Amino acid sequence: MTFNWDLVWSSFGPIIGGAIAGTIPLTLASFAFGLLLALFVALLRLSPNKVLSAVARFYVSVIRGTPLLVQLFVIFYGLPSLGVKLDPWPSAIIAFSLNVGGYAAEIIRAAILSVPKGQWEAGHTIGMSGAQTLLRIILPQAARVSVPPLSNTFISLVKDTSLASLILVTELFKNAQQIAAFSQEFMVLYLEAALVYWVICLVLSTAQSALERRLDRYVAH
Amino acid sequence: MSPTDPLDASLVLSARGLTKSFGSNTVLRGIDLDVRRGQVVALIGPSGSGKTTVLRSLNGLEVPDGGTVTFGASVAGGATAGGSAAASGGDLALDFSVPVGKRGIAALRDRSAMVFQHYNLFPHMTVLKNVTEGPVQVQKRPKAEAEADALRLLTRVGLADKRDAYPFQLSGGQQQRVGIVRALALKPQLLLFDEPTSALDPELVGEVLAVIKELAEEGWTMVIVTHELGFARHVADEVVFMDGGVVVERGPAAEVLGAPRQERTKQFVKRIQHDV
Repeated sequence: MTFNWDLVWSSFGPIIGGAIAGTIPLTLASFAFGLLLALFVALLRLSPNKVLSAVARFYVSVIRGTPLLVQLFVIFYGLPSLGVKLDPWPSAIIAFSLNVGGYAAEIIRAAILSVPKGQWEAGHTIGMSGAQTLLRIILPQAARVSVPPLSNTFISLVKDTSLASLILVTELFKNAQQIAAFSQEFMVLYLEAALVYWVICLVLSTAQSALERRLDRYVAH
Repeated sequence: MSPTDPLDASLVLSARGLTKSFGSNTVLRGIDLDVRRGQVVALIGPSGSGKTTVLRSLNGLEVPDGGTVTFGASVAGGATAGGSAAASGGDLALDFSVPVGKRGIAALRDRSAMVFQHYNLFPHMTVLKNVTEGPVQVQKRPKAEAEADALRLLTRVGLADKRDAYPFQLSGGQQQRVGIVRALALKPQLLLFDEPTSALDPELVGEVLAVIKELAEEGWTMVIVTHELGFARHVADEVVFMDGGVVVERGPAAEVLGAPRQERTKQFVKRIQHDV
């Protein structure tokens, strides 16, 4: 096998471009919406109201029990038959956000439960409301515990966004695929795509370590 | 119980007939408690006697099933019906036989502050932030003023140099002194201590008891759940001995601890003093 070096160099442009214009914003937007949704779902799960808690449990169960690709296809190809026609980008962001929401909800729920009950009581005794105690006392401590598992979710999401190529979103993998089909250099293009995903994830792992160190400053070692 | 004058204006707190069950387990069977301004009341009794539940009820950390709690001048008028927090000019009357709601609980917490057995400091905040969090976030006092106040209080307990430390960097005794300062900074009418030295190594107990004793001498009104009978005898004006969810005996510390009248009190005092 001979390497077509010209193709290697010329194709990096579109692949990295796909990462910058597709993969990265898709990941960031989906993760941000997904986290908000997850916090909401976690609070529903922890609610003493049995109906709310059951609704949240059902949602988490559906998200975790079905393939992400199927979720993506239901939203993009399925919803139009109900009269809801969404463009590729909104479809992808909705599907990935819902997915992150399901997985991260369980992480956040466990992290909230890991904060000792005495912290709620201490918040209450200084006069804080439940919401104030949650925001100022409980969530900052839960955040520390949830950074490692949430980072896993985040890094998985980076790679999962490649599925968006199947609903016509122009992103990293889609560009690699197109150049590969055109040039017939499958090995070169797909290895390049893999390399760029890997580099993104390496950067994220480094950021995760830095964040963990920062949040660990108030813990005995 | 010793009869109290219902018109006694020096009463800070008056609880009547507090009852509480956890499921089928009845922990309070009608507790009365009066605390006068500047008085130190020690609640003692075997574990499971309900003493901690009484204390927590005064801070709304447990909500009694029945009975009344009144603070301030409305003590004289008795609890108002309806269960609403009749809070005005520092007065409060709560009737727990009906739901008191969030406002009732919040009104209790405006008037009392708790020092916990396990300190329960906020681990993600520095010592100074731990102390100013309530005054700034809840009482909406200016940050600079709250910090100056906090530093003065920290200086008094010998911890001004720890203002920027995190709780994990402090010894248990230091953490508990910060816990006490956090409660003081709220300027409550009533300080509540839940076994404040039970989690401490023996050599650290003294420094915390010394702070509490100073507060007593300064005239703070306090209710202390404790197993330190020697300390109770020194510091408390009144000792209340509880067992099985009722008050068995109460009176001046020297009498209840020195010459208990009730058989159960005698046994308890004897057993604890043997252990020490």
